[in-house]
Amino acid sequence: MRYLPHTDEDIALMLRVVGADTLDDLFSTIPDDCRRRRDLDIPAALTEWELNGLMDALSNSVAISPEYKLFLGAGRYDHFIPASLTHLLGRSEFVTPYTPYQPEMSQGTLQAIYEYQTLAARLLGMEVSNASLYDGASALAEALLMAIRITRRKRVAVSSLIHPYYRQVVQTYFSPTGLEIVELPYLENGRTDLSRLDRLDGLAAVAVQSPNFFGCIEDLAAVGEKSREKDLVFITSFTEPLAYGLLKNPGSQGAHIACGEGQSLGIPKWFGGPGLGMFAGKMKHVRSMPGRLVGKSTDKDGRNGFVLTLATREQHIRREKATSNICTNNSLLALAAAMYMASLGGTGIRELSKLNHDKSEYLKQALEKAGFKVCFESPTFNEFVVEFPANFETTYERLLEKKVVAGIPLTPYFPELAGRYLICVTETKTKEEMDLLIEELGK
Amino acid sequence: MKEISELNLPEDVGYTEDHEWIRVENDEAAVGITDYAQDQLGDIVFVELPQPGDALGKGEEFGTVESVKAVAELYMPIGGEILAVNTALEDSPGLVNTNPHSDGWIIRIKQSDPDELNALMNKETYLKMLEGVA
Repeated sequence: MRYLPHTDEDIALMLRVVGADTLDDLFSTIPDDCRRRRDLDIPAALTEWELNGLMDALSNSVAISPEYKLFLGAGRYDHFIPASLTHLLGRSEFVTPYTPYQPEMSQGTLQAIYEYQTLAARLLGMEVSNASLYDGASALAEALLMAIRITRRKRVAVSSLIHPYYRQVVQTYFSPTGLEIVELPYLENGRTDLSRLDRLDGLAAVAVQSPNFFGCIEDLAAVGEKSREKDLVFITSFTEPLAYGLLKNPGSQGAHIACGEGQSLGIPKWFGGPGLGMFAGKMKHVRSMPGRLVGKSTDKDGRNGFVLTLATREQHIRREKATSNICTNNSLLALAAAMYMASLGGTGIRELSKLNHDKSEYLKQALEKAGFKVCFESPTFNEFVVEFPANFETTYERLLEKKVVAGIPLTPYFPELAGRYLICVTETKTKEEMDLLIEELGK
Repeated sequence: MKEISELNLPEDVGYTEDHEWIRVENDEAAVGITDYAQDQLGDIVFVELPQPGDALGKGEEFGTVESVKAVAELYMPIGGEILAVNTALEDSPGLVNTNPHSDGWIIRIKQSDPDELNALMNKETYLKMLEGVA
């Protein structure tokens, strides 16, 4: 189905059929005193040429030119996207379908989501994945609420090394509810301090991010152990799912819920969104899971087919008792992630993951050799924190002029970490670019 | 769906406005949903059960029944402590459809205030209520 605007003739014909003279007649049921008298204060329509000019100017004012070398991660990662994916994703079957309530009309859409769920569950080592949520931040908030539903307890422990924006979103979800969030501090080695868990009672869940905001790989097995001991729901959040191509996945480490951002899997950075909220868990908790779920079934002739399943958890059926007020998903982006994972395959994901790690280690060691201090000793994946000297701002500016962005300062998020920068190296950075960075830093 | 005259409602239980039944045996009681409720819900695919030992007041939610088209909350007909839950429903939730007033029982409770039983309806009153809503 294509979306084409109605012509004046189309509109006149439709009005004649329903017996109305003008479009305004269709709104005649709206009482006079509820109507806006003035026109909306918006600019007049532009021509296509003018609109292109406007959008280019807007885009140039916010986006960065592709010739910049970005050593930036912190939740959005620079990865190559196969051209096949961009092409396939643009197909109108995928771009325009409506929500697949009618399975007999929507097998393609449903199968695409099912494939995504399968691949996501495998990557994360979990038993069941939903059809996706909005982004990593809302997925974490939903996971914490799910833990509260499962345990009927009212407080959660959240690592301070979870992305600061994610923690803000969790705050937003929790602040009107009377539910309590306790933040776990971090240790000198760049990992979450779990010792506080022993002093907390009535906890529903513990949530950590791995790799965490400092790029450090958390000891998920230890968190798993602690949550078994304390009977907590163990939530693993993530901003960089590609890490699980190399690292042990959350499921194998005892996570009950794995949730995070899927942008790395074939989705452009797009100035911060939209993203892909990945969300996976255990079958025994499936009825408490938020969001949409596609299942495989058989039709009356025994042929395989796909349907929305366990929909009674969802808002359109269960109203205010629903597991979540999100009963949609980011289908197109989930499909991008499915295509990306399928294009790379298990071996490809592992190789790419290793490449990210190796390149990042190369820069890390080169920085240390050049006399800079890598701040935390815990192993990292493709991001790490470096301490730069006091006058570094001027160097940072000089690098910017050379179109190199040397990481992000941590001060806005962790005021105690003045002079520390979070540096990210993905497969898109070449050795020459890293050497240039080192050379400039040494000047 | 069944006509009201087709409903199979026993005489020896008390009924609530939310379509639970309760059968008192000494100071214990079994609780389930009525033939009318299971018929309205359709095929039941899952029953969410409480934990034995939970103490709940009259009217408090003790679980849910999920059918292919809806989820309904289950409410305590009277206050009490949960003594047992019907674990057979974990594998065979359909028992609630086939035998709502016998094998499809959901919980057994120890009642906390026998006076609360007085507020329940008998079969005759429950049928009258159904005729009012049907």
